[in-house]
Amino acid sequence: MKVVVLGAGVSGHTAAAFLKKKLGNKHEVVVVSPSKYYQWVPSNIWVGIGKMKVEQVRFDLNRVYHRWGIVFKQALVKAIFPEGDVGTSKGFVEIEYTCEENKGSREKVSYDFLVNATGPKLNFEATPGLGPGKNTLSVCTCDHAAHTWEELEKCIIRLKEGKRQRFLIGTGHPTATCQGAAFEYALNLAFLLRHKKLDHLAEITWITNEYELGDFGMAGAFIKRGGYYTSTKIFAESILSEYNIKWIKRAGVNKVEPGLVSYETLDGAYNTIEFDFAMLLPAFSGHGLKAYNKTGEDITAKVFAPNGFMYVDGDYVQKPFEEWNMKDWPQHYQSPTYKNIYAAGIAFAPPHSISKPMKSSNGTAIFPSPPRTGMPSGVIGKVVAENITDIIRKGVSVPRHTASMGRMGAACIISVGYGMTRGLGATMTVSPIVPDWEKYPDWGRDIHATVGEVGLAGHWIKLFLHYMFIHKAKGYPFWWLIPE
Amino acid sequence: MEQNMKVRGYKDEYYPPIPTRGTRFWRTNFMYQIYKFFRLNYKIMRIVVKGHS
Ligand SMILES: Cc1cc2nc3c(=O)[nH]c(=O)nc-3n(C[C@H](O)[C@H](O)[C@H](O)COP(=O)(O)OP(=O)(O)OC[C@H]3O[C@@H](n4cnc5c(N)ncnc54)[C@H](O)[C@@H]3O)c2cc1C
Repeated sequence: MKVVVLGAGVSGHTAAAFLKKKLGNKHEVVVVSPSKYYQWVPSNIWVGIGKMKVEQVRFDLNRVYHRWGIVFKQALVKAIFPEGDVGTSKGFVEIEYTCEENKGSREKVSYDFLVNATGPKLNFEATPGLGPGKNTLSVCTCDHAAHTWEELEKCIIRLKEGKRQRFLIGTGHPTATCQGAAFEYALNLAFLLRHKKLDHLAEITWITNEYELGDFGMAGAFIKRGGYYTSTKIFAESILSEYNIKWIKRAGVNKVEPGLVSYETLDGAYNTIEFDFAMLLPAFSGHGLKAYNKTGEDITAKVFAPNGFMYVDGDYVQKPFEEWNMKDWPQHYQSPTYKNIYAAGIAFAPPHSISKPMKSSNGTAIFPSPPRTGMPSGVIGKVVAENITDIIRKGVSVPRHTASMGRMGAACIISVGYGMTRGLGATMTVSPIVPDWEKYPDWGRDIHATVGEVGLAGHWIKLFLHYMFIHKAKGYPFWWLIPE
Repeated sequence: MEQNMKVRGYKDEYYPPIPTRGTRFWRTNFMYQIYKFFRLNYKIMRIVVKGHS
């Protein structure tokens, strides 16, 4: 049997590693990804703040895949033909090579099972003027983060010359997500400037599409703190206040010009804010992959949702917020149309958001899309690999392993500073990610598993996770014992 | 930016709780943080393991 994994990010790499480990040499595992590098995305924050070099957060996949016996094709997948074409009835993907040797050449790669783990497209185009090469910066890839650090260094020089600098950090689209990453960058920036004793000249503003701070695209959470059940709004506001960061909430950024961001707020007002340095996260979408049936007819709309993410076993029937249920969320990540296709990590289409959809009085949707952090992405990759292995080796017809966002938890560790003694980490854990109001009628989540703490320990955990996950991704001894 | 609470008054950043000296001390106390490190790791591992089957 042949399993083809599209994407070598957190989810695809995890899926490929477990597939090969469990299937052995009798079966073939092929990975298709446009870059020869694996990057540990969460540590890009440290690259963007000048505390790590790009080489520390990425490594060459060729060596690892060669050792494991996985076939690696450095290419972009362009289209999926789940039923084959006139010449073959076996499903295949059409890929285009990106490596120097055969750049631009195309190939058809057949499969018995397909795992789409292509993650998000960073949709900078959705906001005019947003993104690297235009008017703002990003930390979404290690190259973006390295460029961001170069620009930050220039600001630091200007601060040292006594010039005031305005920093704007947050979400660059009315429905962008991944607030945790931008929040972490804002705090690291504040920590760095305070450490350099330049903070009196810096004005840092956090701009977000959240209804309240601490929503993080998962409708916020409650934590036990100081004898109270406290909303993460208080937790997030407290941290920003402590670091002298101002905030603008309920804001949908709609345009960026040099030094000027335009945004609309939920109350319908149109505003602008000036900046010298802006790191704003884009909206995410699918990669615009196409799907065709045997006769060459375009069936993209059957396989992919309008946002480009792949339909899986979720409940996609549109219903009001009040009727949402954790059962709407997928468990096996299997395509309902083609049972040998799975979508892992960010590549699957969520049935709806987790935060309540909000519209401004002008009709603009301003609320965060659902976040899909590294932990669930890794777990989904592993569960998909286990289910495919069961089908191939044991002949089971229904996938047994499940990983619903309504059962899985997430840990968001916002680490500030660098080193063993200098730094602080704000650790937030929630379980489950999607509130389950039937099981937990009071708080929607297991209040004993939900944590919000600030301290050096969180910072150590983040450092520890960096080395541990790179160890795991490189397939060093006992890698499979390290949880996702 | 304004560090002074009087200047911050009537702005959003005036109202959230700010850690006391004691809280800041415990956040960086080595022994206490070692305990927290293991406790938080345990909590994280539990939710990873419990979340899928
Ligand atoms: C700055 C930042 C900080 C973060 N911090 C944290 C954190 O602290 N904790 C946490 O849990 N999560 C964090 N996240 C989120 C985490 O990084 C993501 O959840 C995770 O990377 C998603 O994994 P994935 O495999 O679905 O997608 P990705 O990691 O994006 O991988 C997608 C892969 O698909 C490849 N690909 C793309 N297009 C194609 C194509 N057409 N054909 C073939 N391959 C393709 C890409 O090159 C890539 O290899 C952070 C994210 C960012 C941006």
